[in-house]
Amino acid sequence: MTNDKLNKSEWPLWEVFIRSKAGLDHKHAGSLHAADAQMAIENARDVYTRRMEGVSIWVVESKHIQASDPDESGSMYDPANDKIYRHPTFYDLPDEVKYM
Amino acid sequence: MTVHSFQEHFDSIIDRESTIEPRDWMPDDYRKTLIRQISQHAHSEIIGMLPEGNWITRAPTLRRKAVLLAKVQDEAGHGLYLYSAAETLGITRDEMYDQLHSGKAKYSSIFNYPTVTWADMGAIGWLVDGAAIMNQVPLCRTSYGPYARAMVRVCKEESFHQRQGFEIMLTLSKGTEIQKKMAQDAFNRWWWPSLMMFGPPDAESPHTAQSMRWRIKRFTNDELRQKFVDVTTEQAKVLGLEVPDKDLKWNEERGHYDFGTINWDEFWNVVKGNGPCNKQRLNARKTAWEDGKWVRDAAMAYAEKRKARNAQAKVA
Ligand SMILES: [Fe+2]
Ligand SMILES: [Fe+2]
Repeated sequence: MTNDKLNKSEWPLWEVFIRSKAGLDHKHAGSLHAADAQMAIENARDVYTRRMEGVSIWVVESKHIQASDPDESGSMYDPANDKIYRHPTFYDLPDEVKYM
Repeated sequence: MTVHSFQEHFDSIIDRESTIEPRDWMPDDYRKTLIRQISQHAHSEIIGMLPEGNWITRAPTLRRKAVLLAKVQDEAGHGLYLYSAAETLGITRDEMYDQLHSGKAKYSSIFNYPTVTWADMGAIGWLVDGAAIMNQVPLCRTSYGPYARAMVRVCKEESFHQRQGFEIMLTLSKGTEIQKKMAQDAFNRWWWPSLMMFGPPDAESPHTAQSMRWRIKRFTNDELRQKFVDVTTEQAKVLGLEVPDKDLKWNEERGHYDFGTINWDEFWNVVKGNGPCNKQRLNARKTAWEDGKWVRDAAMAYAEKRKARNAQAKVA
């Protein structure tokens, strides 16, 4: 998300996360440019919540986001595959057992 | 991985109808084509505000004014979603603006036509946004993740645009003789340019096959155009307006409307910059960018100052 061609005068890029209603997680909505965090929140309100799509906004400068490497996703997530005993369906219980 | 296996991996993602994300390997041509397509689309949303902006202060009622204002504001948002999607491919916002302002990048030619009466607001919403929706809905399932997600947002907002336009046309066509004539005249002005929005005929679009393979295009220009003609002709009947094409005729065998020949010379002429409003549109855009420079600079200077002040407050 960094770019050496980045123009000096260009406002920094921010990632926007929105909670769509009380009780739910903030979810990535998109990105925008703004001079600072306050302006990023105000712009996010104008761009992403014009139809009551949100009750809370988080912004973070894009350069602060660290992402996992897609080329390593094989080794990164593979080990979980053979641990099916982490799922409740792995266990065979007699039918008489209720509420479990 | 070798380049060959990168390519294989990419192809398999495309074939599985899965998505390519910004940090995934992708062929250079795919990246370049996407940057061109997405930024062109973003420019169209931004320039597209100008013909309608022309009528905001002259809308006939407060309701119409509020609606038009909301629509134009949506278009600004669409431009922003798309610019952001393009930025994930490694081009900066300022580079894209530069390409637009220097004339290197294109935008949809339809916005180089003037809006001479209020009825044009109806015709644009009904026809131009209608054609845009037809183009855009299939792109919600395009292969590049950020582009597809932007299109989902755009399409959600787009449907009120077409409805408000149709409503304007309906009101005018049920009004006085003069109002009905205004609606028909606007229909006559916008019909053919709207058909051109789908781009040149398939026989003259050499990149279609590659773009369809990459799933950055899902139907050909002619397929979408035909669908638009079929749907819109029926809608015109509801308005009691006449499609300005004497060759328009239902073809029982094809199950589609046959329609007249499009004036492609006009299309290419407008693309080349000689449409009625090309210069005016680009100048408006450039002036807005240049006159807004002090605002952008001031906001940045203020942000720096506030940051410094906050840092000092922490030390104290
Ligand atoms: Fe739009
Ligand atoms: Fe629209």
